[in-house]
Amino acid sequence: MRNAAFALILTAVAAVLFIALRWVNYSYAFVAGYAVLQFLVLGTGWNILGGYTGYVNFGVTAFFAIGAYTTVVLHKAAPFLPLPVMMLIGGTIAALAGLGTGYLTLRLRGVFFSIATLALAVVLQTLITNWDFVGGARGAYVIPPRTAPLIGGDYKQYLFLIMLITSIVVLVVARALERSTLGYGFAAIRDDEAAAEATGVPTLRLKLIATSLSGGFMGLAGAPMPYFMGYLNSTSTFDLNYAVNALAMPLIGGTSSWAGPVIGAALVGGLQEWLRVSNLQEWLHISIPSEANVLIVGVLMVTFVIAAPQGIVGLFRKKR
Amino acid sequence: MSTLLEVSGMGKRFGGFVALDLIDLNLPEGQRLGLIGPNGSGKSTFVNCVCGTLRNETGQVRFAGQRVDALSAHERTRLGMARSFQLPRPFASLSLAENLRVPILYAANTRAESRIAQAAIPARCQEMLSLVGLADKAERLPSDLTQIEMRKLELARAMASSPRLLIADESLAGLSHAEVDEILALLIRLNEQGITVIMIEHIMRAVLAFSQRLVVLVAGRKVADGDPKDVVRDPEVVRAYLGE
Repeated sequence: MRNAAFALILTAVAAVLFIALRWVNYSYAFVAGYAVLQFLVLGTGWNILGGYTGYVNFGVTAFFAIGAYTTVVLHKAAPFLPLPVMMLIGGTIAALAGLGTGYLTLRLRGVFFSIATLALAVVLQTLITNWDFVGGARGAYVIPPRTAPLIGGDYKQYLFLIMLITSIVVLVVARALERSTLGYGFAAIRDDEAAAEATGVPTLRLKLIATSLSGGFMGLAGAPMPYFMGYLNSTSTFDLNYAVNALAMPLIGGTSSWAGPVIGAALVGGLQEWLRVSNLQEWLHISIPSEANVLIVGVLMVTFVIAAPQGIVGLFRKKR
Repeated sequence: MSTLLEVSGMGKRFGGFVALDLIDLNLPEGQRLGLIGPNGSGKSTFVNCVCGTLRNETGQVRFAGQRVDALSAHERTRLGMARSFQLPRPFASLSLAENLRVPILYAANTRAESRIAQAAIPARCQEMLSLVGLADKAERLPSDLTQIEMRKLELARAMASSPRLLIADESLAGLSHAEVDEILALLIRLNEQGITVIMIEHIMRAVLAFSQRLVVLVAGRKVADGDPKDVVRDPEVVRAYLGE
Protein backbone atom coordinates (compact mmCIF):
# COMPACT_ATOMS: atom_id res chain seq x y z
CA MET A 1 0.00 0.00 0.00
CA ARG A 2 1.32 3.42 -0.91
CA ASN A 3 2.03 5.87 1.89
CA ALA A 4 -0.56 8.34 0.62
CA ALA A 5 -3.26 5.65 0.57
CA PHE A 6 -2.29 4.59 4.08
CA ALA A 7 -2.54 8.20 5.29
CA LEU A 8 -5.97 8.55 3.69
CA ILE A 9 -7.30 5.35 5.24
CA LEU A 10 -5.94 6.30 8.64
CA THR A 11 -7.52 9.75 8.38
CA ALA A 12 -10.84 8.22 7.40
CA VAL A 13 -10.73 5.80 10.35
CA ALA A 14 -9.83 8.65 12.70
CA ALA A 15 -12.63 10.84 11.33
CA VAL A 16 -15.20 8.10 11.80
CA LEU A 17 -13.93 7.46 15.33
CA PHE A 18 -14.09 11.13 16.27
CA ILE A 19 -17.54 11.69 14.78
CA ALA A 20 -18.87 8.57 16.49
CA LEU A 21 -17.49 9.66 19.87
CA ARG A 22 -18.94 13.16 19.40
CA TRP A 23 -22.28 11.60 18.58
CA VAL A 24 -22.22 9.39 21.68
CA ASN A 25 -20.95 12.43 23.60
CA TYR A 26 -19.62 10.45 26.55
CA SER A 27 -16.91 12.65 28.04
CA TYR A 28 -14.97 9.80 29.67
CA ALA A 29 -14.44 8.21 26.25
CA PHE A 30 -12.41 11.24 25.20
CA VAL A 31 -10.31 11.09 28.36
CA ALA A 32 -9.59 7.37 27.97
CA GLY A 33 -9.05 7.82 24.23
CA TYR A 34 -6.55 10.61 24.86
CA ALA A 35 -4.63 8.44 27.34
CA VAL A 36 -4.38 5.57 24.86
CA LEU A 37 -3.40 7.82 21.94
CA GLN A 38 -0.79 9.60 24.04
CA PHE A 39 0.85 6.25 24.68
CA LEU A 40 0.48 5.32 21.02
CA VAL A 41 2.49 8.41 20.03
CA LEU A 42 4.99 7.88 22.84
CA GLY A 43 5.44 4.19 22.00
CA THR A 44 5.77 4.81 18.26
CA GLY A 45 8.33 7.55 18.92
CA TRP A 46 10.31 5.28 21.21
CA ASN A 47 10.13 2.47 18.66
CA ILE A 48 11.91 4.46 15.92
CA LEU A 49 15.08 4.42 17.99
CA GLY A 50 14.41 1.37 20.18
CA GLY A 51 12.73 -0.96 17.69
CA TYR A 52 13.93 0.09 14.24
CA THR A 53 17.47 1.14 15.16
CA GLY A 54 18.01 -1.09 18.19
CA TYR A 55 19.05 1.53 20.75
CA VAL A 56 17.05 1.10 23.95
CA ASN A 57 16.24 4.51 25.39
CA PHE A 58 15.28 4.58 29.08
CA GLY A 59 15.13 8.37 29.11
CA VAL A 60 11.60 8.51 27.72
CA THR A 61 10.39 10.85 30.46
CA ALA A 62 13.10 13.39 29.60
CA PHE A 63 11.69 13.91 26.12
CA PHE A 64 8.09 13.63 27.28
CA ALA A 65 8.81 16.28 29.95
CA ILE A 66 10.57 18.59 27.50
CA GLY A 67 7.35 18.64 25.49
CA ALA A 68 5.18 19.13 28.58
CA TYR A 69 7.32 21.82 30.17
CA THR A 70 7.72 23.72 26.91
CA THR A 71 3.95 24.06 26.99
CA VAL A 72 4.08 25.25 30.61
CA VAL A 73 6.67 27.88 29.71
CA LEU A 74 4.76 29.01 26.64
CA HIS A 75 1.49 29.06 28.59
CA LYS A 76 3.08 31.58 30.95
CA ALA A 77 5.17 33.52 28.47
CA ALA A 78 2.98 33.49 25.36
CA PRO A 79 -0.52 32.36 26.33
CA PHE A 80 -1.97 33.62 23.04
CA LEU A 81 -0.27 30.81 21.08
CA PRO A 82 -2.64 28.04 19.97
CA LEU A 83 -1.88 24.59 21.36
CA PRO A 84 -0.74 23.05 18.04
CA VAL A 85 1.93 25.76 17.76
CA MET A 86 3.06 25.06 21.32
CA MET A 87 3.24 21.37 20.44
CA LEU A 88 5.37 22.06 17.37
CA ILE A 89 7.76 24.14 19.45
CA GLY A 90 7.87 21.49 22.19
CA GLY A 91 8.39 18.73 19.63
CA THR A 92 11.19 20.67 17.95
CA ILE A 93 12.98 21.30 21.25
CA ALA A 94 12.64 17.63 22.16
CA ALA A 95 14.02 16.68 18.72
CA LEU A 96 17.00 18.98 19.26
CA ALA A 97 17.48 17.44 22.69
CA GLY A 98 17.41 14.05 20.95
CA LEU A 99 20.06 15.22 18.49
CA GLY A 100 22.28 16.50 21.31
CA THR A 101 21.82 13.39 23.41
CA GLY A 102 22.54 11.28 20.38
CA TYR A 103 25.72 13.14 19.62
CA LEU A 104 26.96 12.74 23.18
CA THR A 105 25.92 9.15 23.81
CA LEU A 106 25.76 7.23 20.56
CA ARG A 107 29.37 6.22 20.75
CA LEU A 108 28.10 4.09 23.63
CA ARG A 109 26.60 0.79 22.62
CA GLY A 110 24.03 -1.51 24.11
CA VAL A 111 23.34 -1.23 27.79
CA PHE A 112 25.72 1.70 28.24
CA PHE A 113 23.59 3.83 25.96
CA SER A 114 20.52 2.88 27.99
CA ILE A 115 22.18 3.87 31.26
CA ALA A 116 23.23 7.24 29.81
CA THR A 117 19.67 8.00 28.70
CA LEU A 118 18.38 7.06 32.14
CA ALA A 119 20.85 9.55 33.61
CA LEU A 120 19.53 12.21 31.22
CA ALA A 121 16.04 11.83 32.71
CA VAL A 122 17.38 12.14 36.25
CA VAL A 123 19.42 15.25 35.42
CA LEU A 124 16.49 16.90 33.69
CA GLN A 125 14.12 16.12 36.55
CA THR A 126 16.54 17.75 38.99
CA LEU A 127 16.79 20.82 36.79
CA ILE A 128 13.02 21.17 36.48
CA THR A 129 12.41 20.58 40.18
CA ASN A 130 14.72 23.51 40.88
CA TRP A 131 13.41 25.82 38.16
CA ASP A 132 11.04 28.26 39.79
CA PHE A 133 9.54 29.69 36.60
CA VAL A 134 7.83 26.36 35.80
CA GLY A 135 6.72 25.87 39.40
CA GLY A 136 9.72 23.95 40.71
CA ALA A 137 8.76 21.23 43.14
CA ARG A 138 5.38 22.86 43.81
CA GLY A 139 4.23 22.25 40.27
CA ALA A 140 2.45 24.54 37.85
CA TYR A 141 -1.22 25.10 37.17
CA VAL A 142 -2.21 25.26 33.54
CA ILE A 143 -5.90 26.04 33.42
CA PRO A 144 -7.31 25.00 30.08
CA PRO A 145 -10.06 27.03 28.42
CA ARG A 146 -13.57 25.87 29.24
CA THR A 147 -14.63 25.22 25.67
CA ALA A 148 -12.73 23.92 22.71
CA PRO A 149 -11.66 26.28 19.94
CA LEU A 150 -12.82 25.56 16.36
CA ILE A 151 -14.96 22.51 17.15
CA GLY A 152 -16.83 23.72 20.24
CA GLY A 153 -17.80 21.42 23.09
CA ASP A 154 -15.62 20.28 25.96
CA TYR A 155 -11.90 21.14 25.81
CA LYS A 156 -11.03 17.46 26.37
CA GLN A 157 -12.59 16.72 22.98
CA TYR A 158 -10.22 19.22 21.40
CA LEU A 159 -7.24 17.59 23.13
CA PHE A 160 -8.41 14.20 21.93
CA LEU A 161 -8.72 15.48 18.36
CA ILE A 162 -5.22 16.98 18.46
CA MET A 163 -3.74 13.74 19.78
CA LEU A 164 -5.67 11.85 17.09
CA ILE A 165 -4.11 14.00 14.37
CA THR A 166 -0.67 13.66 15.95
CA SER A 167 -1.13 9.87 15.97
CA ILE A 168 -1.90 9.89 12.24
CA VAL A 169 1.20 11.94 11.44
CA VAL A 170 3.45 9.80 13.63
CA LEU A 171 2.08 6.52 12.28
CA VAL A 172 2.39 7.61 8.65
CA VAL A 173 6.02 8.63 9.25
CA ALA A 174 6.80 5.39 11.13
CA ARG A 175 5.27 3.23 8.42
CA ALA A 176 6.95 5.16 5.60
CA LEU A 177 10.29 4.66 7.35
CA GLU A 178 9.99 0.88 7.51
CA ARG A 179 10.57 0.08 3.84
CA SER A 180 12.52 3.20 2.98
CA THR A 181 16.26 3.66 2.46
CA LEU A 182 16.42 5.11 5.97
CA GLY A 183 14.50 2.14 7.36
CA TYR A 184 16.90 -0.37 5.80
CA GLY A 185 19.80 1.65 7.20
CA PHE A 186 18.21 1.61 10.68
CA ALA A 187 17.69 -2.16 10.46
CA ALA A 188 21.30 -2.69 9.35
CA ILE A 189 22.51 -0.68 12.37
CA ARG A 190 20.26 -2.69 14.69
CA ASP A 191 21.52 -6.01 13.35
CA ASP A 192 25.25 -5.28 13.07
CA GLU A 193 26.78 -1.85 13.23
CA ALA A 194 30.22 -2.80 11.89
CA ALA A 195 28.69 -4.63 8.94
CA ALA A 196 26.41 -1.64 8.33
CA GLU A 197 29.44 0.66 8.08
CA ALA A 198 31.15 -1.82 5.76
CA THR A 199 28.16 -1.76 3.42
CA GLY A 200 28.19 2.02 3.17
CA VAL A 201 25.64 2.96 5.84
CA PRO A 202 26.61 6.27 7.51
CA THR A 203 25.83 4.91 10.96
CA LEU A 204 26.45 8.04 13.05
CA ARG A 205 24.29 10.25 10.84
CA LEU A 206 21.46 7.71 10.74
CA LYS A 207 21.53 7.27 14.50
CA LEU A 208 21.29 11.03 14.92
CA ILE A 209 18.28 11.11 12.60
CA ALA A 210 16.70 8.33 14.66
CA THR A 211 17.32 10.01 18.03
CA SER A 212 15.97 13.33 16.72
CA LEU A 213 12.81 11.82 15.22
CA SER A 214 12.25 9.64 18.26
CA GLY A 215 12.84 12.49 20.72
CA GLY A 216 10.63 14.85 18.74
CA PHE A 217 7.71 12.42 18.66
CA MET A 218 7.99 11.72 22.38
CA GLY A 219 8.01 15.48 22.97
CA LEU A 220 4.86 15.79 20.87
CA ALA A 221 3.20 13.17 23.07
CA GLY A 222 4.00 15.20 26.18
CA ALA A 223 3.21 18.70 24.91
CA PRO A 224 -0.60 18.74 25.42
CA MET A 225 -0.32 16.99 28.79
CA PRO A 226 -0.38 20.18 30.99
CA TYR A 227 -3.71 21.17 29.42
CA PHE A 228 -5.01 17.64 29.86
CA MET A 229 -4.09 17.44 33.56
CA GLY A 230 -4.53 21.11 34.46
CA TYR A 231 -1.64 20.75 36.85
CA LEU A 232 1.89 19.56 36.29
CA ASN A 233 4.71 18.73 38.67
CA SER A 234 8.03 17.11 38.11
CA THR A 235 7.25 13.94 40.09
CA SER A 236 4.25 13.02 37.98
CA THR A 237 5.80 14.13 34.68
CA PHE A 238 8.90 12.06 35.29
CA ASP A 239 6.83 9.12 36.52
CA LEU A 240 8.50 5.81 35.72
CA ASN A 241 5.15 4.73 34.30
CA TYR A 242 5.70 6.71 31.11
CA ALA A 243 9.06 5.11 30.46
CA VAL A 244 7.79 1.63 31.29
CA ASN A 245 4.71 2.05 29.12
CA ALA A 246 6.64 3.49 26.19
CA LEU A 247 8.89 0.43 26.26
CA ALA A 248 6.21 -2.10 27.05
CA MET A 249 3.78 -1.15 24.31
CA PRO A 250 6.12 -1.71 21.35
CA LEU A 251 7.58 -4.81 23.02
CA ILE A 252 4.16 -6.34 23.54
CA GLY A 253 2.81 -5.30 20.16
CA GLY A 254 6.03 -5.98 18.25
CA THR A 255 8.98 -3.68 17.62
CA SER A 256 9.50 -4.47 13.95
CA SER A 257 6.38 -2.78 12.64
CA TRP A 258 4.37 0.42 13.04
CA ALA A 259 1.40 -1.75 14.04
CA GLY A 260 3.23 -3.02 17.14
CA PRO A 261 2.96 0.14 19.26
CA VAL A 262 -0.64 0.61 18.04
CA ILE A 263 -1.66 -2.84 19.23
CA GLY A 264 0.40 -2.46 22.40
CA ALA A 265 -1.11 0.93 23.25
CA ALA A 266 -4.65 -0.26 22.61
CA LEU A 267 -4.12 -3.39 24.68
CA VAL A 268 -2.07 -2.08 27.59
CA GLY A 269 -3.51 1.43 27.68
CA GLY A 270 -7.03 0.04 27.31
CA LEU A 271 -6.47 -2.52 30.06
CA GLN A 272 -5.08 0.12 32.41
CA GLU A 273 -8.02 2.44 31.79
CA TRP A 274 -10.49 -0.40 32.23
CA LEU A 275 -8.94 -1.44 35.55
CA ARG A 276 -9.04 2.14 36.71
CA VAL A 277 -12.77 2.59 36.18
CA SER A 278 -14.27 -0.90 36.15
CA ASN A 279 -16.26 -2.39 38.98
CA LEU A 280 -13.77 -5.19 39.33
CA GLN A 281 -12.92 -4.15 42.87
CA GLU A 282 -16.53 -4.45 43.99
CA TRP A 283 -17.08 -7.76 42.23
CA LEU A 284 -14.00 -9.36 43.73
CA HIS A 285 -14.33 -7.60 47.09
CA ILE A 286 -10.71 -6.50 46.97
CA SER A 287 -9.09 -3.16 46.61
CA ILE A 288 -6.73 -2.69 43.69
CA PRO A 289 -4.15 0.01 44.32
CA SER A 290 -3.36 2.33 41.46
CA GLU A 291 0.17 0.93 41.34
CA ALA A 292 -1.36 -2.30 40.04
CA ASN A 293 -1.08 -0.75 36.60
CA VAL A 294 2.70 -0.98 36.79
CA LEU A 295 2.48 -4.58 37.95
CA ILE A 296 0.23 -5.51 35.04
CA VAL A 297 2.51 -3.88 32.49
CA GLY A 298 5.51 -5.53 34.08
CA VAL A 299 3.98 -9.00 34.04
CA LEU A 300 2.78 -8.57 30.45
CA MET A 301 6.18 -7.34 29.34
CA VAL A 302 8.06 -10.22 30.94
CA THR A 303 5.56 -12.71 29.51
CA PHE A 304 5.93 -11.36 26.00
CA VAL A 305 9.70 -11.03 26.10
CA ILE A 306 9.92 -14.72 27.06
CA ALA A 307 7.01 -16.24 25.16
CA ALA A 308 6.72 -14.00 22.10
CA PRO A 309 9.82 -11.89 21.60
CA GLN A 310 8.50 -10.65 18.26
CA GLY A 311 5.38 -9.34 19.98
CA ILE A 312 1.81 -9.80 18.82
CA VAL A 313 2.70 -8.72 15.29
CA GLY A 314 5.29 -11.51 15.22
CA LEU A 315 2.66 -14.12 16.12
CA PHE A 316 0.67 -13.28 13.01
CA ARG A 317 3.54 -12.74 10.61
CA LYS A 318 4.14 -15.66 8.32
CA LYS A 319 7.31 -17.50 9.09
CA ARG A 320 9.89 -16.96 6.40
CA MET B 1 47.79 -0.13 -15.35
CA SER B 2 47.13 2.58 -12.76
CA THR B 3 47.55 2.01 -9.05
CA LEU B 4 44.24 1.47 -7.27
CA LEU B 5 45.38 0.94 -3.71
CA GLU B 6 48.52 2.46 -2.30
CA VAL B 7 49.51 1.66 1.27
CA SER B 8 52.71 3.17 2.63
CA GLY B 9 54.31 2.86 6.02
CA MET B 10 51.15 1.50 7.65
CA GLY B 11 51.56 0.77 11.35
CA LYS B 12 49.12 -0.33 14.03
CA ARG B 13 49.67 -1.24 17.66
CA PHE B 14 47.34 -2.78 20.22
CA GLY B 15 48.87 -1.59 23.49
CA GLY B 16 52.43 -2.88 23.41
CA PHE B 17 51.71 -5.40 20.68
CA VAL B 18 52.81 -4.34 17.21
CA ALA B 19 50.14 -5.72 14.88
CA LEU B 20 51.39 -4.03 11.72
CA ASP B 21 54.91 -2.74 11.24
CA LEU B 22 55.44 -0.31 8.36
CA ILE B 23 53.58 -2.15 5.63
CA ASP B 24 53.97 -0.92 2.05
CA LEU B 25 51.78 -2.21 -0.73
CA ASN B 26 50.96 -0.93 -4.20
CA LEU B 27 48.11 -2.68 -5.91
CA PRO B 28 47.55 -2.03 -9.62
CA GLU B 29 43.95 -1.93 -10.81
CA GLY B 30 42.70 -5.30 -11.98
CA GLN B 31 45.23 -7.43 -10.09
CA ARG B 32 44.43 -10.59 -8.13
CA LEU B 33 46.44 -10.48 -4.94
CA GLY B 34 46.77 -13.27 -2.43
CA LEU B 35 47.59 -12.32 1.14
CA ILE B 36 48.80 -15.10 3.40
CA GLY B 37 50.47 -15.44 6.76
CA PRO B 38 50.28 -17.55 9.90
CA ASN B 39 47.50 -16.88 12.44
CA GLY B 40 48.02 -13.59 14.23
CA SER B 41 50.33 -12.21 11.56
CA GLY B 42 48.16 -9.12 11.04
CA LYS B 43 46.18 -10.01 7.90
CA SER B 44 42.78 -9.06 9.30
CA THR B 45 44.21 -5.97 11.02
CA PHE B 46 45.61 -4.93 7.66
CA VAL B 47 42.19 -5.35 6.04
CA ASN B 48 40.53 -3.46 8.89
CA CYS B 49 42.97 -0.56 8.53
CA VAL B 50 42.58 -0.44 4.75
CA CYS B 51 38.76 -0.46 5.03
CA GLY B 52 38.54 2.00 7.90
CA THR B 53 37.14 -0.38 10.52
CA LEU B 54 40.35 0.34 12.46
CA ARG B 55 42.55 3.42 12.16
CA ASN B 56 46.21 2.97 11.30
CA GLU B 57 48.52 4.98 13.53
CA THR B 58 51.30 5.60 11.04
CA GLY B 59 51.50 5.71 7.27
CA GLN B 60 48.80 6.40 4.77
CA VAL B 61 46.26 4.70 2.53
CA ARG B 62 45.43 6.04 -0.91
CA PHE B 63 42.58 4.65 -2.94
CA ALA B 64 42.14 5.59 -6.60
CA GLY B 65 44.56 8.46 -6.11
CA GLN B 66 42.75 9.87 -3.08
CA ARG B 67 43.95 9.83 0.53
CA VAL B 68 41.39 7.92 2.57
CA ASP B 69 42.99 7.77 6.04
CA ALA B 70 40.61 10.35 7.45
CA LEU B 71 37.52 8.74 5.92
CA SER B 72 35.22 6.49 7.90
CA ALA B 73 34.50 2.94 6.82
CA HIS B 74 31.25 3.76 5.08
CA GLU B 75 32.85 6.56 3.07
CA ARG B 76 35.54 4.17 1.85
CA THR B 77 32.89 1.62 0.91
CA ARG B 78 31.14 4.32 -1.09
CA LEU B 79 34.36 5.05 -2.96
CA GLY B 80 34.39 1.42 -4.09
CA MET B 81 36.08 -0.69 -1.43
CA ALA B 82 34.18 -3.72 -0.26
CA ARG B 83 35.08 -6.45 2.15
CA SER B 84 33.66 -9.64 3.48
CA PHE B 85 34.11 -10.45 7.15
CA GLN B 86 36.06 -13.48 8.27
CA LEU B 87 33.23 -14.44 10.62
CA PRO B 88 30.01 -13.79 8.67
CA ARG B 89 28.07 -10.79 9.98
CA PRO B 90 24.72 -10.87 8.17
CA PHE B 91 21.85 -8.53 8.99
CA ALA B 92 19.91 -11.14 10.92
CA SER B 93 16.44 -9.59 10.77
CA LEU B 94 16.53 -8.90 7.04
CA SER B 95 15.92 -11.43 4.28
CA LEU B 96 18.83 -12.37 2.02
CA ALA B 97 17.55 -10.06 -0.71
CA GLU B 98 17.21 -7.22 1.79
CA ASN B 99 20.74 -7.91 3.04
CA LEU B 100 21.95 -7.05 -0.46
CA ARG B 101 19.61 -4.11 -0.77
CA VAL B 102 21.48 -2.24 1.99
CA PRO B 103 24.79 -1.92 0.09
CA ILE B 104 22.92 -1.20 -3.14
CA LEU B 105 21.05 1.69 -1.50
CA TYR B 106 23.92 3.01 0.54
CA ALA B 107 27.01 2.32 -1.55
CA ALA B 108 26.28 1.48 -5.21
CA ASN B 109 23.62 4.17 -5.53
CA THR B 110 25.89 6.91 -4.18
CA ARG B 111 28.00 6.71 -7.33
CA ALA B 112 26.57 7.73 -10.68
CA GLU B 113 28.23 4.91 -12.65
CA SER B 114 26.81 2.14 -10.48
CA ARG B 115 23.39 3.63 -9.73
CA ILE B 116 20.47 1.21 -9.89
CA ALA B 117 16.91 2.46 -10.29
CA GLN B 118 14.50 1.60 -7.44
CA ALA B 119 12.47 -0.69 -9.67
CA ALA B 120 15.54 -2.64 -10.78
CA ILE B 121 16.84 -3.35 -7.26
CA PRO B 122 14.97 -6.65 -6.69
CA ALA B 123 16.28 -8.07 -9.96
CA ARG B 124 19.80 -6.93 -9.08
CA CYS B 125 19.58 -8.61 -5.64
CA GLN B 126 18.37 -11.79 -7.30
CA GLU B 127 21.22 -11.66 -9.83
CA MET B 128 23.81 -11.22 -7.06
CA LEU B 129 22.33 -14.09 -5.05
CA SER B 130 22.31 -16.41 -8.03
CA LEU B 131 26.03 -15.69 -8.55
CA VAL B 132 26.68 -17.43 -5.24
CA GLY B 133 23.93 -20.01 -5.65
CA LEU B 134 21.51 -18.57 -3.08
CA ALA B 135 18.83 -17.34 -5.47
CA ASP B 136 16.18 -19.77 -4.24
CA LYS B 137 16.63 -18.54 -0.66
CA ALA B 138 16.20 -14.84 -1.42
CA GLU B 139 13.25 -14.44 0.95
CA ARG B 140 14.74 -16.50 3.77
CA LEU B 141 16.43 -15.09 6.84
CA PRO B 142 20.19 -15.55 7.38
CA SER B 143 19.44 -17.77 10.39
CA ASP B 144 18.17 -20.42 7.94
CA LEU B 145 21.55 -20.62 6.27
CA THR B 146 24.47 -22.92 6.95
CA GLN B 147 27.83 -21.41 7.87
CA ILE B 148 29.02 -21.99 4.31
CA GLU B 149 25.98 -20.30 2.82
CA MET B 150 26.56 -17.37 5.16
CA ARG B 151 30.08 -16.99 3.74
CA LYS B 152 28.55 -16.89 0.29
CA LEU B 153 26.08 -14.27 1.47
CA GLU B 154 29.00 -12.24 2.86
CA LEU B 155 30.60 -12.28 -0.59
CA ALA B 156 27.36 -11.44 -2.37
CA ARG B 157 26.74 -8.52 -0.05
CA ALA B 158 30.24 -7.19 -0.61
CA MET B 159 29.72 -7.44 -4.37
CA ALA B 160 26.35 -5.74 -4.21
CA SER B 161 28.08 -2.45 -3.41
CA SER B 162 29.59 -2.57 -6.95
CA PRO B 163 33.15 -2.31 -5.68
CA ARG B 164 36.34 -1.54 -7.58
CA LEU B 165 38.30 -3.40 -4.92
CA LEU B 166 36.98 -6.53 -3.24
CA ILE B 167 38.70 -7.88 -0.14
CA ALA B 168 37.67 -11.43 0.64
CA ASP B 169 38.74 -12.29 4.19
CA GLU B 170 38.91 -16.08 4.42
CA SER B 171 35.81 -16.62 2.35
CA LEU B 172 36.78 -20.21 1.61
CA ALA B 173 37.39 -21.58 5.08
CA GLY B 174 35.32 -24.67 5.74
CA LEU B 175 34.14 -25.07 2.17
CA SER B 176 34.36 -28.38 0.34
CA HIS B 177 36.76 -28.92 -2.52
CA ALA B 178 34.04 -28.33 -5.11
CA GLU B 179 32.71 -25.26 -3.32
CA VAL B 180 36.19 -23.76 -3.13
CA ASP B 181 36.51 -24.15 -6.89
CA GLU B 182 33.08 -22.63 -7.37
CA ILE B 183 33.89 -19.51 -5.33
CA LEU B 184 37.34 -19.25 -6.92
CA ALA B 185 35.75 -19.31 -10.37
CA LEU B 186 33.36 -16.60 -9.21
CA LEU B 187 36.16 -14.40 -7.90
CA ILE B 188 38.12 -14.86 -11.11
CA ARG B 189 35.04 -14.01 -13.15
CA LEU B 190 34.57 -10.81 -11.11
CA ASN B 191 38.22 -9.99 -11.64
CA GLU B 192 37.78 -10.41 -15.39
CA GLN B 193 35.02 -7.79 -15.19
CA GLY B 194 37.66 -5.38 -13.91
CA ILE B 195 37.35 -5.74 -10.12
CA THR B 196 40.61 -5.81 -8.22
CA VAL B 197 40.58 -8.61 -5.65
CA ILE B 198 42.59 -9.21 -2.49
CA MET B 199 42.11 -12.72 -1.18
CA ILE B 200 43.15 -13.61 2.34
CA GLU B 201 43.29 -17.34 2.62
CA HIS B 202 44.85 -20.31 4.34
CA ILE B 203 44.04 -22.90 1.68
CA MET B 204 47.29 -22.87 -0.31
CA ARG B 205 45.80 -24.72 -3.28
CA ALA B 206 43.22 -21.94 -3.66
CA VAL B 207 45.70 -19.14 -3.10
CA LEU B 208 48.09 -20.48 -5.71
CA ALA B 209 45.32 -21.12 -8.22
CA PHE B 210 43.93 -17.63 -7.73
CA SER B 211 46.79 -15.21 -7.13
CA GLN B 212 48.76 -13.35 -9.76
CA ARG B 213 50.85 -11.99 -6.93
CA LEU B 214 51.40 -13.17 -3.39
CA VAL B 215 52.17 -11.16 -0.27
CA VAL B 216 53.20 -12.81 2.99
CA LEU B 217 52.79 -11.21 6.40
CA VAL B 218 54.65 -12.59 9.40
CA ALA B 219 54.30 -10.98 12.84
CA GLY B 220 53.07 -7.71 11.37
CA ARG B 221 55.83 -7.41 8.77
CA LYS B 222 55.70 -7.99 5.05
CA VAL B 223 58.35 -10.65 4.45
CA ALA B 224 57.68 -11.50 0.82
CA ASP B 225 55.92 -10.00 -2.16
CA GLY B 226 56.01 -11.24 -5.72
CA ASP B 227 55.23 -14.08 -8.08
CA PRO B 228 53.45 -16.82 -6.10
CA LYS B 229 55.77 -19.56 -7.36
CA ASP B 230 58.83 -17.71 -6.11
CA VAL B 231 57.25 -16.51 -2.88
CA VAL B 232 56.35 -19.99 -1.63
CA ARG B 233 60.01 -21.02 -2.07
CA ASP B 234 61.31 -17.98 -0.21
CA PRO B 235 63.35 -19.21 2.78
CA GLU B 236 61.77 -16.75 5.19
CA VAL B 237 58.26 -17.79 4.17
CA VAL B 238 59.11 -21.46 4.51
CA ARG B 239 60.57 -20.79 7.95
CA ALA B 240 57.45 -18.91 9.08
CA TYR B 241 55.17 -21.73 8.02
CA LEU B 242 57.27 -24.80 8.72
CA GLY B 243 59.69 -23.62 11.41
CA GLU B 244 63.46 -23.99 11.32
